[in-house]
Amino acid sequence: MEDRAIIQLDHVSKSFTVRSGIFGGRKNMQVIGDLSLSIGRGEVLCLVGESGCGKTTTGKLIVGLIKPTSGRILFEGKDIWSMNNEEFKDYRKAVQIIHQDPYSSLNPVHRIYNILSAPLFRHGLVRNRSEAEEKVLDLLDRVDLTPPGDFIYKYPHQLSGGQRQRVAIARSLTLNPKFIVADEAVSMLDVSIRLSIIELLRRLKEEMNVTFLFITHDLAMAKYFGWEGRIAVMYLGRIVEIGPTPRVIENPLHPYTKALLMAIPEADPQVTRNKTPMKLRSLDIPSLLNLPPGCSFNPRCPFWIEGTCDKEVPDMYEPENDHYVSCFLFRGK
Amino acid sequence: MKSREIVKRIFWEPLVIISRDKAGLIGFIFLLSILLLSFVGPYFVKLDTEVKLDKIYQFPSREHILGTDNQGRDIFSQIVNGGRDVIIVAFLAGLISTLIAVSLGSLSAYAGGFTDTVIMFITEIILTIPQFPLLAVLAAFVRLTNPTMLAFIIGFLGWPALARAIRSQVLSIKERDYIEAARVLDLGRMHIIFSEILPNMLSYIVISLIMAMTGAVYSQVGLIILGLVPFYGHNWGLMIQLAWTRGAIFYKGSIFYILSPIIAIVLFQWSAVTFTRSLEGIFNPRLRAGE
Amino acid sequence: MTREILNIENLFVEYSNIRGKVKAVRGVNLKLYKGENLALIGESGSGKTTLGTAIIRLLPSSGYIKDGRIVYKGNGNEYDISKFSEKELRQFRWKEIAMVFQSALNSFNPVLKVWDQIYDTARAHGISNRNFVKERAISLLRYVQLDPERVINSYPHELSGGMRQRVLIAMSLLLEPKILILDEPTTALDILTQRNIIELLRTIKADMGLSMIFISHDLSLAAELADRVAVMYAGAIVELGSVEDIFYRPKHPYTLGLIKAVPTVTAGFRELYSIPGSPPDLINLTPGCKFAPRCEYKNSVCEKDEPMLVEVGQDHFVACFRHKEIGNGR
Repeated sequence: MEDRAIIQLDHVSKSFTVRSGIFGGRKNMQVIGDLSLSIGRGEVLCLVGESGCGKTTTGKLIVGLIKPTSGRILFEGKDIWSMNNEEFKDYRKAVQIIHQDPYSSLNPVHRIYNILSAPLFRHGLVRNRSEAEEKVLDLLDRVDLTPPGDFIYKYPHQLSGGQRQRVAIARSLTLNPKFIVADEAVSMLDVSIRLSIIELLRRLKEEMNVTFLFITHDLAMAKYFGWEGRIAVMYLGRIVEIGPTPRVIENPLHPYTKALLMAIPEADPQVTRNKTPMKLRSLDIPSLLNLPPGCSFNPRCPFWIEGTCDKEVPDMYEPENDHYVSCFLFRGK
Repeated sequence: MKSREIVKRIFWEPLVIISRDKAGLIGFIFLLSILLLSFVGPYFVKLDTEVKLDKIYQFPSREHILGTDNQGRDIFSQIVNGGRDVIIVAFLAGLISTLIAVSLGSLSAYAGGFTDTVIMFITEIILTIPQFPLLAVLAAFVRLTNPTMLAFIIGFLGWPALARAIRSQVLSIKERDYIEAARVLDLGRMHIIFSEILPNMLSYIVISLIMAMTGAVYSQVGLIILGLVPFYGHNWGLMIQLAWTRGAIFYKGSIFYILSPIIAIVLFQWSAVTFTRSLEGIFNPRLRAGE
Repeated sequence: MTREILNIENLFVEYSNIRGKVKAVRGVNLKLYKGENLALIGESGSGKTTLGTAIIRLLPSSGYIKDGRIVYKGNGNEYDISKFSEKELRQFRWKEIAMVFQSALNSFNPVLKVWDQIYDTARAHGISNRNFVKERAISLLRYVQLDPERVINSYPHELSGGMRQRVLIAMSLLLEPKILILDEPTTALDILTQRNIIELLRTIKADMGLSMIFISHDLSLAAELADRVAVMYAGAIVELGSVEDIFYRPKHPYTLGLIKAVPTVTAGFRELYSIPGSPPDLINLTPGCKFAPRCEYKNSVCEKDEPMLVEVGQDHFVACFRHKEIGNGR
């Protein structure tokens, strides 16, 4: 695994300082705590979690938009924040992001042509307008905006949400990336549009051999997009469970994963009305400013072991091959 | 793009958009008329400098449509010839303060950290100095022999408020997803500032430029009326000063002499401000014609 | 048959904007029965939220009811809500029909404490007895599993998304309405919180026997709570039926497409299909069935005429010329 890893996170943590109150001092808010992760070339890894769990921050750390507070992020084995200029340029080109909101991810003042050609010119992939036009038409064609000639000179506001998201995807492809972070790439889109975008991403993955980090709060989408890959479940800045998608979905180990799967409303009346949600000890999610000691799920967890879960932070255990869980219930198994 | 299309985009489309907002259209028409009158008018209407003692303070007539002044000279010819300098000084001053404001404001927001702190400190100092008294004092010390000099002084004092506004706009645009995308695509700092951030603020910047111009009109006219700027030539400000000191204090009959330049200035200001309503539409592609 | 409490007759709602008139709701006929849960399902621009806000006449200022009636049956009388004056509306809203809006944070005034908002709401609807309101508010907050003393003295931003949603639900029950309209009540909430809200709404329904209208783009909310489902597309209802009919025996290609486009987590891995194309422009509507451009079953008739709702089973209505050819469920 390690040798063919494209992205590795090595004990990464990220804190932000926030002011609290008028007279209160600065407080440390730990958004990511000691995260280690390795993503293999050509893999699909789905990062699943609820709002505030740190999944978007993880994505931004990986594409180098923010620096970790501690730990290293490696691209093809090299720490991105100690790369030389040349290496960093190559990393920038190779690792791209697709944002959630297609209404704010495209600059409203530019036509599609300008949006897609700017990176091409900047990195010397095209030399003149006719080359750029040809390349942009090709990109639009690739993301199924056909006929591409109808779209190339439009402004973003003239396109629908789904079409905009296709443009955003085309932009992420301009520099022939090796790795794409798709941050909630379909959750803002209408239900009937979502699946076609997922299909497009899947096709691009096959055609261009891109590795995907698919960040989502939607377990069903993660399951659908990442069936052949892995799912990592995040809770309050840590990965609590990671393993091959079918096994995490069908045989969840961590109480939090179980609680999610037992609670999630589904588009099937018989299935969803027969669910018996797990009884949690508390409904409230602890604040990132005031994380509980020990396992961060312990104040809510019904399987909580007093004296253990509220004192120590659990390691990653591997009760099944390749299926890891950070919970004392699996210590020594 | 073919030249016909360029002409269409640059001249025709904006006109269509301007015509959509009634008030903006009226402002535009007035502004255009005043500009034509002040810049083209002087070629047709010569400034009347001949003293005619038999025609002092005449009321408007067919011969003198705005009447005559204290020396029997035609007021209309003075209005036509008195706008050019005022407008040029205002435009220059507005341009200078907008340029400074945009550069410092966006640099401050984009660079952040120490640069931001220093720039904002300077900005706030200048902002707290009362503008007009300072202008008056400065004008007394600096020999204001030509309009350009005056424009520079007004311009250098007019930027702080706008710089702060620009800074906060850049700060908010900086956080948008498309800026993140541009950073990940390594498009470079210059591209991000000039091609991604500033175009989004273009209408705001142009509107601010016009507002700065109107501010500069009042500053310079005020200085001239107070007699602090002894520059030569002929302009609306000087007209007011003369009409006031030589006439209005003593004679009711000077009403047209003093009102004419005041109305000219007010009309110019009003039409410029009203015209800004249409500008939003011109620079915002979402509001452009037929789309 | 249960008695109907609301009858929407041939309702048309439009918005005017720079580009023209947006035909947001086009000829909707819909009945709500006493004690039932009705889900209005549709995507953005389907007209579901417009329909919901038209019922209590809280349309944005650019929107107006162009035609049709909204008949409310209560206290042995019939009232046409669409003809109400502002004064009549004030007496009617919250007492007869209440609405819980999407985006719980925006529904609050950020500078007022929860108690002030509750009291303002009560006063606006003619109840100014402080003690009465306080007692009722406290019992309702307790009912939605909140700590009343703490919540009542909090500012909205001090509460979590789930707590705010529960406060809004409690506020909507303040004047014991007969109908509760909920616009995307679970959207943007965490999964565990969503489950909690769903359970709460079930309890409310069982205890108070209200009629509820859920407006959502989320099929799973309908699957959880609805007795009947109305599927909207381009401002019209394209299919209406029991929750079982809609999910297991859909007869409209759009309903079928929607259901096939949504993955499930625990119901095994199934092949999904996407609906091609995108929803129509509501300003320049083309003739014929509005779904035809995206429909794999369309023929020349579909492009000429717009189908009306026809009954295809007991209380199951479909607006499609080709409904006989749409397969039986999955």
